[in-house]
Amino acid sequence: MYNYKHYCKNLHKYIHIVDVCFFTVSQEQIKNLYQRFQQLSGNHEKISRDDLERIPALNNNPIRKQIITAFFDKRNQHQNDVGSLDEIGFEQFLMVMSHFRPVNSTATEEEKVTVRKQKLRFLFNMHDTDNDGIITLDEYRTVVEELLSQSGAIETEVARSIADAAMLEVASTNVHSPHSRPRMISMKESHLSILNRFRWINIFSMMSIRFLDMNSATMRCGKLSS
Amino acid sequence: MILILLHGSRGEIPSKPIAATILPSVKPNDGVQTYAEDQKNNLPVFTMNYPRIQIPFEITLWVLLASFAKIGFHVYHKITIWVPESCLLISIGLIVGAIMHSVHEEPPAVLTSNVFFLYMLPLIVLESGYFMPTRPFFENIGTVFWFAVVGTLWNSIGIGISLFAICQIPAFGVQDINLQENLLFSAIISAVDPVAVLNVFEDVSVNEQLYIVVFGECLFNDAVTVVLYNMFSFVAEMPVVEPVDVFIGVARFFIVGLGGMAFGILFGFVAAFTTRFTSKVREIEPLFVFMYSYLAYLVAELFAISSIMAIITCALTMKYYVEENVSQRSCTTIRHVIKMLASISETLIFFFLGVVTITTDHEWNWGYILFTLLFAFVWRGLGILVLTQIINPFRTIPFNMKDQFGLAYGGLRGAVSFALAFTLPDTIGRKQLFVTATIAVILFTVFLQGISIRPLIEFINVRRTNRNLETINVEIHCRLMEHTMAGIEDLCGQWSRFYWKDKFMKFNNRILRKILIRDSRAESSIVALYKKLELQNAMEILDTASGDIKLLMIKKFLAADLRNIHDILSKNMYKIRERTVAYRGKHALPNDSQTREILIRRHATIRRSLRPRSCQSSVSYLAQFICIILINYLFCWERGLGFSVHPRDDHETLSEVAYPSQRSRFGKPARSSSSKAMIPLHRLGTLEEVPSTDVLNEESSSTGEGVFRTNSSYSDSRVPRPRRLNSSFDDNNSSVDDLRNVHEEDGVEQVGQRQPSSPAPGWEAESRETTARNPLLRRPQWNPKKK
Repeated sequence: MYNYKHYCKNLHKYIHIVDVCFFTVSQEQIKNLYQRFQQLSGNHEKISRDDLERIPALNNNPIRKQIITAFFDKRNQHQNDVGSLDEIGFEQFLMVMSHFRPVNSTATEEEKVTVRKQKLRFLFNMHDTDNDGIITLDEYRTVVEELLSQSGAIETEVARSIADAAMLEVASTNVHSPHSRPRMISMKESHLSILNRFRWINIFSMMSIRFLDMNSATMRCGKLSS
Repeated sequence: MILILLHGSRGEIPSKPIAATILPSVKPNDGVQTYAEDQKNNLPVFTMNYPRIQIPFEITLWVLLASFAKIGFHVYHKITIWVPESCLLISIGLIVGAIMHSVHEEPPAVLTSNVFFLYMLPLIVLESGYFMPTRPFFENIGTVFWFAVVGTLWNSIGIGISLFAICQIPAFGVQDINLQENLLFSAIISAVDPVAVLNVFEDVSVNEQLYIVVFGECLFNDAVTVVLYNMFSFVAEMPVVEPVDVFIGVARFFIVGLGGMAFGILFGFVAAFTTRFTSKVREIEPLFVFMYSYLAYLVAELFAISSIMAIITCALTMKYYVEENVSQRSCTTIRHVIKMLASISETLIFFFLGVVTITTDHEWNWGYILFTLLFAFVWRGLGILVLTQIINPFRTIPFNMKDQFGLAYGGLRGAVSFALAFTLPDTIGRKQLFVTATIAVILFTVFLQGISIRPLIEFINVRRTNRNLETINVEIHCRLMEHTMAGIEDLCGQWSRFYWKDKFMKFNNRILRKILIRDSRAESSIVALYKKLELQNAMEILDTASGDIKLLMIKKFLAADLRNIHDILSKNMYKIRERTVAYRGKHALPNDSQTREILIRRHATIRRSLRPRSCQSSVSYLAQFICIILINYLFCWERGLGFSVHPRDDHETLSEVAYPSQRSRFGKPARSSSSKAMIPLHRLGTLEEVPSTDVLNEESSSTGEGVFRTNSSYSDSRVPRPRRLNSSFDDNNSSVDDLRNVHEEDGVEQVGQRQPSSPAPGWEAESRETTARNPLLRRPQWNPKKK
């Protein structure tokens, strides 16, 4: 069903990506993801936003827009670009998916920190929609509003209040700038504080996907240890 | 003296069917008038009729005695750190048993296994189920069931077969025990006991994953134990075992387990549904919780399916909906009563364990018992090792070796095994041996493992739990991550737990909540948490507030003062009412402060009662409103805060931060009518800019802990907005509106002085929409809007 030749040709490239990102998946799983990619893109080489937006299951997700945008965000490609792409190929798809890798119990502390940072970076990029490396109050508010948008007609005011409350929480724990107005969380300083605060949110468990064996034709879910 | 009374009284108990009745020589007189003599019958001035009250009296005395023991332990703190309470209780029981034995008394017949299973166990299990932390539980549900089912099977079959092998050795003299009986015995002792384990584990505060897995395993292995026990006891009486019986056993297991859960869920929903209609009969609301849970338990016992699973699933299902429907008092009552009953029950169980240990006839067989201990330990360790290897790949947080050690070592046996041993059919020849062995295993595990587990865990440094603070950021981020993960999973076309959780939440919001909750509205957990936090703050402030409002209102604080205030606030850590509380402190109520609870619930109730639909007299609303408004305006954070007031109907955002507790104390707002006038209310319409929080923010970041953040956040949210209350409120609230307007007039003068100095550029509060009203005010409108 998928373009086997094309896949094999580029397999080494994919494996390279995988290694670069410490993405501990097996070849089987890369194949599955490739199949899914093909399915999404209609057997083309690249996916555009429309392809992703056509996924019916995502319709109910309150932050669907952000998720889709995240895939097209250059910052998630482990490079230092900003901006967004219009369409992505499988390599970029893999790059983004690598953010969700489960972490091996055999990983070293350093690797764990790197992985955690990457996951946080992903989250941060999701918040920071204007690519300036800073989350302003407005952006945070937008996020909260989106999150709450599905649960029954909550007005924007509530969302605002909640976002404000959250911002102030960040402000109060942000020891680096005691006197600055906490209207924004910039990537640099807050990264650490977020890390500190979220240390105990087990980000590994929350942001990891166990890749199951999947046949994209029948969407059967088998068990595959990853 | 009490003991003598007990001794005397005990003599009259109809003793256990097995043992002979021993009547002591001394009997309290029942003082019945004898009619034998032909005497003039005077009116008895003083009579005593003991037999009539005997049973309840003895029960009460025993309960009291056990409770005194419990009080006694906590007098000396150091003991309870190192020795779990269960050990202490058993020891006291042993002592009492020894005393009783020395005067040749029998233990009270009330401790039959029937009593245990019908009265004591359901209470303990109900408490475990009710306070179970649901999120970690459901995240680990696969692991829990895996260990509960497969682990228990592994243990019992392993121990049974090894013991049977031992029995073949002539040296031990137990050759008459056949395989079935061995398997029966091993089924009894492989049951890890929730009571003992929880008692020990919560003291040690291991990490959440470990705790929830052990906890869940204990609770749910009952299904397997029941099946195995029934199956083996049935089989033990049969001469030959056929393979078809094994299949029947497996089928029976599924019926037992799933049937238990089905009954539990059924009763849970019925209970939730019932509480939807109890708004007029608030006093008996707690009753429903207890009755339905107990009913679930009994019905499951009726059909010999797993009653523990029934009652746990009932509590789990019921809790979420019932707590939304009942009043705050009922909620507190329910929690209190459950904790109390469970505590009594547990105390009594351990106590009697000690007593009965001494007073039963034992049959000791060194070889058999020692090997039982050995095998119990070994098989559990092996089982954990193997099972963890199999299930680790499926877990996102795999168990490391230390966790596994904790799991294995924490497998204490306790009262369930004990009771099961006593219900062994008498046809089994070596019943006494089994009883003795069971008691030996229980005592060994509880004492040795219970006492040593704490130092061992500290020594090997198992990951401990981090008692998280619940904050809004955490909640938001958790939700964000969950949605992200669900989205990514949809994108990849893979299903995992987020998918199911998402699906369930949708189902819940769309269907279940409508049916089971009185005023149902889909409420985001973030918003719920936010409100809860605000209310908590409110209560916190109220708790410490006293004194003169006037000073606060007008006075201008210097930056230094503000810093001081911040320091004080940050030290006053508020404890948020936790949503997942079970493993914090078993013997403490989840909520420390009853007042907090009351205010939180009351406001929820007020808020609900102020819905457009409800039609009650506006007078009471007025009164409530006044209270709320006063409390609301109690604290002003002057300068920077645009003191925005919004008389809210559900003033969650009350918590105004600055209560300079060191300089002036607030009086209870309701009492000081003068304060009304002093409350600076903004005429919201007049202010465009909301400066609000710059000063606040400056100081806020200097505090270490997160208390202040939430406090100050409310001040920000209170930024004045053009308020259009009148148009938005329904007729019901119009009277309230008038009141509010009146307030507004009063406060206007003060307003002028307290204009915030400079707008904080950061807060784009100024740009709030003109249609903004306090969102929380518009609560009553949510329903219509949703439709």
